Amino acid sequence: MTAFALASRTRGHLLFERNIMVYRRAWMTIFSGFFEPLFYLFSMGYGLGHFVGKIHGVSYPHYIAPALLASAAMNGAVYDATTNVFWKLRYGKVYDSMLATPLGPVDVAVGETAWAQFRGLLYAIGFMVTAAALGAVQSWWGLLALPAAMVVGFGFAGVGIGVATFLRSWQDFELVQVVLLPMFLFSGTFYPLSVYPTVLQWFVRVSPLYNAISLVRSFTLGHVTWYCPLNAAYLLAIGVVGIAVARRRMAGLLLT
Amino acid sequence: MDALIHARGLTKQFGSITAVAGIDLDVTRGEAFGFLGPNGAGKSSTMRMIGCVSPPSGGTLRILGLDPVKDGSAIRGRLGVVPQADTLDNELTVKENLVIYGRYFGLSRADVRKRADELLEFVQLSERADSKVEPLSGGMKRRLTIARALVNDPEVLLLDEPTTGLDPQARHVVWDRLFRLKQRGVTLILTTHYMDEAEQLCDRLVVMDGGTIAAEGSPLELIREYSTREVVELRFAGEAPEIGEDAFGDLVQRVEVLPDRLLLYTDDGDALVPVAHERLHPQSVLVRRSTLEDVFLRLTGRTLVD
Repeated sequence: MTAFALASRTRGHLLFERNIMVYRRAWMTIFSGFFEPLFYLFSMGYGLGHFVGKIHGVSYPHYIAPALLASAAMNGAVYDATTNVFWKLRYGKVYDSMLATPLGPVDVAVGETAWAQFRGLLYAIGFMVTAAALGAVQSWWGLLALPAAMVVGFGFAGVGIGVATFLRSWQDFELVQVVLLPMFLFSGTFYPLSVYPTVLQWFVRVSPLYNAISLVRSFTLGHVTWYCPLNAAYLLAIGVVGIAVARRRMAGLLLT
Repeated sequence: MDALIHARGLTKQFGSITAVAGIDLDVTRGEAFGFLGPNGAGKSSTMRMIGCVSPPSGGTLRILGLDPVKDGSAIRGRLGVVPQADTLDNELTVKENLVIYGRYFGLSRADVRKRADELLEFVQLSERADSKVEPLSGGMKRRLTIARALVNDPEVLLLDEPTTGLDPQARHVVWDRLFRLKQRGVTLILTTHYMDEAEQLCDRLVVMDGGTIAAEGSPLELIREYSTREVVELRFAGEAPEIGEDAFGDLVQRVEVLPDRLLLYTDDGDALVPVAHERLHPQSVLVRRSTLEDVFLRLTGRTLVD
């Protein structure tokens, strides 16, 4: 699905294979990102949620669990797509050696997107299993939350790869955080959109994470509407644009 | 004739800087072809264009009969590349570097594992197969890079300064491996600024300077054409005396004055030595054969170009 389909149709799957080789030994470094959304679920969902009560008839942990799932997919994908790709591009010379083979920039862009999406998916699965065990998934629609998380991962992985090609130094990662943190806090993660004035609501609606949360939440709460395909299309579109930008930028940076 | 590399008026520009200013080249199958030249002469830019990782700015370039802009991926599948700076994958082990590289060329997992073992044997790194790349010495990394470039059994091997920065032992091991490849019929194209390397390995070479080709031929041809058979080096205790080009008549074709030495380019060193002794009273005299280095310095000058 999504980047995996693209990767299998190009030589991008070979980058995936390389990354599996690397992480076979370093799987602990992936493991750490698994806990963050759980900490939020416990502190905000069960801790703070004790004083919040219900939102739209849903208990607070149930309300924020899908948002945390979407955020987990986002964080995993963005972290990998920016940090790892930036390092390989600027310091590791990994892509330089790849481009001396039949691989081209499009294979690199697609392959790394697939990997970043995969990392996001791993976190989403980890969170999903725990959340379901705690009873935070209420509907059979909830099973669709994982494919939804893949779409979320794809969107953010694609954008992340595109952004990574513009980063000049490690200091520039501060800028990535400046975007990510407010997006995480204000995209309808912890409370509904209705708390904002109308103008702000429209502003939040274009936030990629808002679309991601909205999509996943529809499934876990079983409120599937015509918004769902719209959210998914938006995420797929930004992912594709990100990959296209990354392909061009990598060709410009490496094939000089 | 089977021209593997064919270039006419090949140019490469980076903004307003011209790195390669219209060169003509033909490299035939099985040949060991060298680019000689000072830093910034355009050697690496030419190599990158041949490696299909740098689109030419002008002129024609055909590699294995194909167009590098349209068929880059297919061409690269038949080339082996040893870049100037090592680009080994530091997150993988020695053997994994070869295995994944073979996979990039579309080899099956089973084939590539077998091939990796053979290549590690060939470059004498079998014992380090499971080691990380980082702790390897410079010479080992170079050998691993060469092994990696051979994983797809390439028809042409491109080597950009293959032994720069290596100690003499390591250089000889690399030369030995390259010589064996040449014997097997692999076409070698290399850049170097080591004259001994060029003389050892190259059947034919071009001297590049300022983005153009200054001379072309076999090492012997170049020496014959651009230098004399022998060079008489006269050393002096103080400054070398200034003498004119015709101070020794027909006996000396060219004179070069260095701070403490005079170089007399001649075809008959034995006849020249007694005359030079008598006239100039040098502290010491050395007669040697002309080398590529003499050709190189004649063509590209003694001034530092960095």
